[in-house]
Amino acid sequence: MITETVLSFAEALGARVLRATGFLGRMGIFLGAALVRAALPPYRVGNILRQVHFIGVKSVFVISLTAAFTGMVLALQGYYTLRKFGSEGLLGPAVALSLIRELGPVLSALMVTGRAGSALTAEIGIMRIGEQIDSLETMGIDPIRFLVAPRLLAFLLSVPLLTAIFDVVGIYGGYLVGVHLLGVNGGVYFGEMKASVELADVANGVWKSLAFSLIIAWVCTFKGYFTGRGAEGVSNATTSAVVVSSVLVLVCDYFLTSVLL
Amino acid sequence: MMMNANGNAKCEPCALGPYTGGNPDPILRLVGVEKTLDGRKVIDGITLEIPRRRITAIIGLSGAGKSLLLKHMIGLMKPDRGQVLLDGADINRYSRRALYEVRRRFGMLFQTGALFDSLTVYENVAFPLREKSGMPEGEIREKVLRILRNVGLENALEKFPDELSGGMVRRAALARAVVTDPEIILFDEPTTGLDPIIRNSILHLICRTYHEHHFTMVMVSHDLPDIFQWCHHVVVVHNGKVVEVGTPDGIRNSVNPFVRQLVEGDITGPLQLM
Ligand SMILES: Nc1ncnc2c1ncn2[C@@H]1O[C@H](COP(=O)(O)OP(=O)(O)OP(=O)(O)O)[C@@H](O)[C@H]1O
Ligand SMILES: [Mg+2]
Repeated sequence: MITETVLSFAEALGARVLRATGFLGRMGIFLGAALVRAALPPYRVGNILRQVHFIGVKSVFVISLTAAFTGMVLALQGYYTLRKFGSEGLLGPAVALSLIRELGPVLSALMVTGRAGSALTAEIGIMRIGEQIDSLETMGIDPIRFLVAPRLLAFLLSVPLLTAIFDVVGIYGGYLVGVHLLGVNGGVYFGEMKASVELADVANGVWKSLAFSLIIAWVCTFKGYFTGRGAEGVSNATTSAVVVSSVLVLVCDYFLTSVLL
Repeated sequence: MMMNANGNAKCEPCALGPYTGGNPDPILRLVGVEKTLDGRKVIDGITLEIPRRRITAIIGLSGAGKSLLLKHMIGLMKPDRGQVLLDGADINRYSRRALYEVRRRFGMLFQTGALFDSLTVYENVAFPLREKSGMPEGEIREKVLRILRNVGLENALEKFPDELSGGMVRRAALARAVVTDPEIILFDEPTTGLDPIIRNSILHLICRTYHEHHFTMVMVSHDLPDIFQWCHHVVVVHNGKVVEVGTPDGIRNSVNPFVRQLVEGDITGPLQLM
């Protein structure tokens, strides 16, 4: 009796592990296939540019808006803390380093996931359930090359640029609050920033945003490509794409920070 | 063309003579194909031949496995067991790249149409030519416009699929399936959901295309008994199995009670659906 229970438990556990391994394997193969196809010609420049427009250009407004408020709140909080040590002059570097090293890449990635990643999953998912992907296949067109590779490249191009916009707008948001509202000297705000932000800090942010863009593109296209059946399948895929990408971005952020620091 | 008893213009695909089986050179051969989906055997040991340069009709009840059968023929689905032989070579053994190459010989009309919903009707039909033929844009335009005129969609060029009626979607999808002049064309219910006039004109279009090029065509259809006028060879499937294969006349006069019931649409018979 007990052995039976133990055995069936082991069996269920084993099945779960196998399923999980299979899933991870499939995800890995999918990413590999997409990367290879993205790297090899022919490059669909028009297609990639259209995606850059959708993922990048159309996100500029949301990114700028969130960036401005992030910079502003950083200045408020930073000023409050720094004043305790009498070092309000360091507000510039505090805002800039937080944005460039950490908040810029992470928040841009999360915003892009919500705005473009979810749409991407839904779009590809609808193409899957409407047999449009099968229809590409019957025409002898590789759907991973045609649909996934250009979107992957577009994410890799757009997200780092969006992050740069985020950083710049955020720094000016901090300037607005720090200098105009709280009375920090404007020359000091930028002067101290120039003295303490190094190229390595910027590189750190760029690496992060590249890694995050890969995660988002990977998870969102994968979830759409292997969506479940019907409208419910697509809506589940979209939700889970957003959740999984966001979590992975945050987890990956920790490990990247610990490696790059 | 000649007129039949009902006054319908009758196309004569059978001018080549009915296919009597035993053709030494079928273009496609399915051998012992089995497929299980969600724990149910939906294709259950199907062996059949698709004769080269003939029109084959596949008939059977809803849910019999006809659409799945077409998807196996073009390698969209891989059988759990058995082989799909195209010119004698198993397409499921091809590499991905070789399979894509082979698929250029095919055209397929999906039961749902499967038009790309981000493209207009014109762009949908031009799509396979733009992607695969290397034809200059001027020629593509000429060809696409001609085909769309043939299916009566010349006024819907700039419409998107969600602005079309069901019948228009089907006609646009049909145009897209034949635009590359593929050697083997698979039609999944080309005439379902069309009004009688358009239905006839679609059948004529298929027939005319056949007479021009002598492509191999496979047509899933529920148009019984009309479909018998438009094909050389009939395959009857039921519950994932082939029940009977023969000439249109042979199937029309079959003694198999199930086939009789299907052809005549009887409520009573070996199949009790209600
Ligand atoms: N993706 C799938 N997963 C599970 N079962 C499926 C799937 N596709 C089809 N089936 C099942 O396989 C059987 C055959 O389906 P198929 O679409 O081939 O029918 P059909 O003969 O084309 O019917 P119809 O004339 O209504 O189009 C059906 O019972 C269907 O429920
Ligand atoms: Mg069907």
